[in-house]
Amino acid sequence: MFPSRIWRDSKHRYRLEAGKCTKCGKIVFPYRLICPECGHREFEKVILPDTGKLMTYSVIRVAPSQFTDQAPYAVGIAELENGVKLLAQITDCDVEKIKVGMEIRIEFRRIQTDSHQGVLSYGYKFVPKWY
Amino acid sequence: MVGIVGYGAHMPRHRIKVEEIAKVWGADAPSYKKGLMLREKSVPPPDMDTITLSVEAAKNALKRAGNIDPADIGAIYIGSESHPYAVKPSGTVVAEALGATPDIHCADYEFACKAGSEAMFVCLGLVKSGYIKYGLAIGGDTSQGAPSDALEYSAAAGAAAFIMGTDNLIAEIQETHSFMTDTPDFWRREHEFYPQHAGRFTGEPAYFRTTMGAADAILKKSGMKPRDFAYAVFHQPNGKFPMRVGKMLGFTKEQIEPGWLSPTLGNTYSGASPMGLTSTLDIAKPGDMILMVSYGSGAGSDAFIWKVTDRIDEVRDKAVRTRKLLDENLTYVDYGTYAKFRHKILKNE
Amino acid sequence: MRDVAVVGVGMTKFGEIWEKSFRDLYVEAALAAIDDAGVDRLDSMHIGCMTSGLFVGQEHVGSLMADYLGQKNLAASRVESACASGGLAFRQAFIEVASGMSDIVMAGGVEKMTDIGSDGATYALAAAADQEYEVFHGATFPGLYALMAVAHMEKYGTTREMLSAVSVKNHHNGAMNPFAQYPFEVTKEQVESSVMVASPLRILDCSPITDGGAAVILTTVDIAKKLGKPIIKVIGSGHATDMIALHSRDDITTIKATMVAAEQAFKMAGKTIKDIDFAEVHDCFTIAEIIVMESLGLYEPGKAGEAVLKGETGLEGSFPINTSGGLKSKGHPVGATGVAQMVEVVKQLRGEAENGRQLKNNPKTALTQNMGGSGGSTLVHILEVA
Repeated sequence: MFPSRIWRDSKHRYRLEAGKCTKCGKIVFPYRLICPECGHREFEKVILPDTGKLMTYSVIRVAPSQFTDQAPYAVGIAELENGVKLLAQITDCDVEKIKVGMEIRIEFRRIQTDSHQGVLSYGYKFVPKWY
Repeated sequence: MVGIVGYGAHMPRHRIKVEEIAKVWGADAPSYKKGLMLREKSVPPPDMDTITLSVEAAKNALKRAGNIDPADIGAIYIGSESHPYAVKPSGTVVAEALGATPDIHCADYEFACKAGSEAMFVCLGLVKSGYIKYGLAIGGDTSQGAPSDALEYSAAAGAAAFIMGTDNLIAEIQETHSFMTDTPDFWRREHEFYPQHAGRFTGEPAYFRTTMGAADAILKKSGMKPRDFAYAVFHQPNGKFPMRVGKMLGFTKEQIEPGWLSPTLGNTYSGASPMGLTSTLDIAKPGDMILMVSYGSGAGSDAFIWKVTDRIDEVRDKAVRTRKLLDENLTYVDYGTYAKFRHKILKNE
Repeated sequence: MRDVAVVGVGMTKFGEIWEKSFRDLYVEAALAAIDDAGVDRLDSMHIGCMTSGLFVGQEHVGSLMADYLGQKNLAASRVESACASGGLAFRQAFIEVASGMSDIVMAGGVEKMTDIGSDGATYALAAAADQEYEVFHGATFPGLYALMAVAHMEKYGTTREMLSAVSVKNHHNGAMNPFAQYPFEVTKEQVESSVMVASPLRILDCSPITDGGAAVILTTVDIAKKLGKPIIKVIGSGHATDMIALHSRDDITTIKATMVAAEQAFKMAGKTIKDIDFAEVHDCFTIAEIIVMESLGLYEPGKAGEAVLKGETGLEGSFPINTSGGLKSKGHPVGATGVAQMVEVVKQLRGEAENGRQLKNNPKTALTQNMGGSGGSTLVHILEVA
């Protein structure tokens, strides 16, 4: 993956920076230029909460090559405490024990490794909330 | 006064038992377990590395530090022998993840297993000089031992982070002392995947001589005796060495045990004595004195004397305790999974 | 707007067509459509193609295909809406003829997906999802539909058996389609013991990687009459998009783009779902067919699975779906799929469907639903025998 792609989105992926519409309060993640709810164009920076609930998931067994080291792995959509939904891998879990409604916490993990030579991609993953 | 404002640790939940490794190489597990005083070690999954461990440890440190603005962190230093990049800093990723950029100083340190305490020492100095308000010092590793080598039983993963500052301290620094000589007991040359070591030479003339040198000097400097300390934390390449060096210095098992993680964690290299300090702070009481002595091959030791403050009672449970990460929610992997996780299997790339 | 009719249809055999290239596939389908229509010229051509750049390194598809079709200087272009590219090409052609801009327009679709390894194909197909916030995290296409499946199962109690019934039905129909990639029956047991791809979806829940081309010719009803072909009128067309990423949508147990596109098409046609006799829908995964049935308004949310189990959507059922075998059995050369759906409904409306899969009782009105990505775009068309 070319580094500029990783670099450009790092504030979203590394520290969950989102935008809150200053008119209607809709939180958009990642940033957008225009609010999808009300059409307003100003946002204030907010940081997403790091806990939420899993809404749906799937265990990926046939994985793209950059993810084969991690297969089988789960991906899911979680709703965070402030209602924002996002998709991420569910890591550090027994894939057979994942359940819809499960509480998750967001952790900082390595997402992709571009062969042995390329730049590393970091970002958020879900882990089951166990404490 | 200068000292620790916040501390935190992180480690993988995956473990591999000595028996599982010994089975593959036809080695005698009971003698390894007895000789190393080590039962199992942590194994990082493929999505964990020194950077991710550092970020999570630092987030825990921030939680304990209370309401400090990450932008007030003036320096982030990460000590590790397993920085994910040979060229490109780990610290900038951590700084970005914490929201501490761009007005900050970052550097990656390397000094075998002592790189973490090195980061701590430099942060204390910069805070004391007034150059920075807060300094974040991290020691962490996802260390690799060559397959079938004795180090394979111990090389583990984990990290500890400390935010150094001047106010709202959890532990005040009382004294420091560093002790260095050129002693080639363990090394890894450029482009090599696994480290080499000098067998029994790593013991008496290296670990023991250096650790004792630093410990003796700091005790002399401070005028303190082992009995003046509530706890002592030593570098722990296995379970045996820290207990032995502690006894040689006159410390009891009870003083060492809270920070003695290696029997079930393994050697987290740059994370080892710093993580031991986190688990000691987790149970320390206000007024307790703690001696910490790191060791890095090559060789050197950094020694610190900490005095725990009243604030410890407020903050210790603002983040997960190190022992909880060590003892709970574990999953044991077989050698095949371990080999896959640690990229020991040749694949087409 | 002028009345528009489909006068010619053609497609290649779908499958792993090793001996035929990207351009061969398109031209073969296009020539078949030209021959079927009996037209002696084209005024323009719209080609649905999702990602020839990633599959075969070829862009500038309009120029290439006009060239190899022997149509010098033809106004030809490629349109893209992921797996709905074919449906979009059809709509563009429809708009062009209806508007009076052109009289005889080809809508084609093509994809050559096997000149690349499976990893490359996975990568190319994933380009239809949100690259930065879905694919980046390891979500695959089966994975995204699996997320919808699990959500649907949680909300409505949809079962494994219902998913299997979609696959079994579509393979049953496809077994009678000489153009299908996998023209054979599968059993419930075979589906449920097939390789797990992304839980709960197994390989026999998934449409395959396919090479193929399809083309249809649209013209005015007046010209169609002169050509002496059965008049199959296009009476409704709808096109809508939705948030590209699943997690940005309010509800992933329905496909909003399909609901909106269907509403538009029904309004234009002056019809409701009750007036439709049968449909070809986008069953890229078994769960997709179930959700689409509900999003089209054919069944209440949560009721479609049961209907498939009861056989209501089989060839003899009250509302046959995917008489061609659907994407599941016929194959899914992504850019061609939306056009191949047209080929099937035109054959059915003409009474020309092969090998015993022709619907009885002279169906008059058909609907096609073709969608891109995980439902980020949808084309719905309604065709009727004049």
